[in-house]
Amino acid sequence: MMKIEVLGSGCAKCKKTTELIKKEIENAGIDAEVIKVEKMEDIVSRGVMMTPAVIVDGETKSAGKVPSAKEIKTWFE
Amino acid sequence: MNNIFIWLDKLVELFVVNVLGISMLTRFGSSVHFFFYDTIKIIILLGIMIFAISYIRSYFPPERTKKILERFSGITGNIMASLLGIVTPFCSCSSVPIFIGFIEAGIPLGVTFSFLITSPIVNEAAFAVLLAAFGWKIAVLYVLTGVVIGIIGGIMIDLFHLEDQVEEYVYQINMDEKEVEVLSREERVSFAWENVKEIVGRVWIYLIIGIGIGAVIHGWAPAPVLAKYAGPDNPFAVLVGVLIGIPLYSNAIGTIPIAEALISKGVGIGTALSFMMATTALSLPAMVLLRKVIKPKLIAIFVTITGVSIVFVGYLFNMIANYLV
Repeated sequence: MMKIEVLGSGCAKCKKTTELIKKEIENAGIDAEVIKVEKMEDIVSRGVMMTPAVIVDGETKSAGKVPSAKEIKTWFE
Repeated sequence: MNNIFIWLDKLVELFVVNVLGISMLTRFGSSVHFFFYDTIKIIILLGIMIFAISYIRSYFPPERTKKILERFSGITGNIMASLLGIVTPFCSCSSVPIFIGFIEAGIPLGVTFSFLITSPIVNEAAFAVLLAAFGWKIAVLYVLTGVVIGIIGGIMIDLFHLEDQVEEYVYQINMDEKEVEVLSREERVSFAWENVKEIVGRVWIYLIIGIGIGAVIHGWAPAPVLAKYAGPDNPFAVLVGVLIGIPLYSNAIGTIPIAEALISKGVGIGTALSFMMATTALSLPAMVLLRKVIKPKLIAIFVTITGVSIVFVGYLFNMIANYLV
């Protein structure tokens, strides 16, 4: 199962990122778990300095922006 | 700057007179003209400016900025941090992770603050709108003063030795080193273009509201009254401007067209600029976020230093305004 972490301390962009990813998971019909990482210590200890950031199976895929639906789809391949 | 846009001025005039059928000599006509002319001009400049700065910015993600700053100490560090604050991506959502990242890397507190102060004040959107409204001299001076405020603010915070005012847990965090990925030219162009869409998409509504209010002021506001109460000769106008600016964070861009219209009616340029700086540098939401990593005393010192500098800039600009326009 794919593990998708959304890093961000609850700002509007972070919420939007989580929603978008959940929607794309549903569209693609894949088995993935979305975890929200909201504690600042946990965010920076992963080496991320710009939020919202997305980490898929341990690899940073996006940082400092809301990813586009097109971009999200490429992570599922 | 307005010379370059003469074509637009004439085009909008033709539109107002011939298509809408409103005389340019009426107040309503002059307001409608101001509204369309300003909206189009600002959107063009905003797009070009965001694209250019974002392209440069793609070379300086915070991870790289951090690496660069690790190499400098003392005042050189403050200067570099403040300069990098111009081009580094910044949104109040990122101020806390950037703060922790810098401190964790051993970058001095004052240098970190030089960056945190300049970064929101000097941003490409404010620069573009200033360019549209007041021309390049004011726009460049705005950037320079933003950088100087960052340098001075950071140096003062260094002098006060406030390291104990950072929340303890910040020092205990161990940050993962991340490789900074190298982007291709296509990726940089796409990054810059995404930024244009994102920022214009976020600020256009405030811009149009601001231009709308500006247009009304343009056609109707009584110049003698404004000049009397908010003109460059009233010493309290700058202070009041800064105090009003603090809670107005998200409307920073929208305030510029209002400021432009007010200035044309006699309000001091310094008053308007310090009001704008206050909206970006001293925003309440950013304070709330920073409270997660620094104690109230340091927040108070940060607000005081930045606030006093902004007021000072206001007086300075009011004094030299005659040489600028």
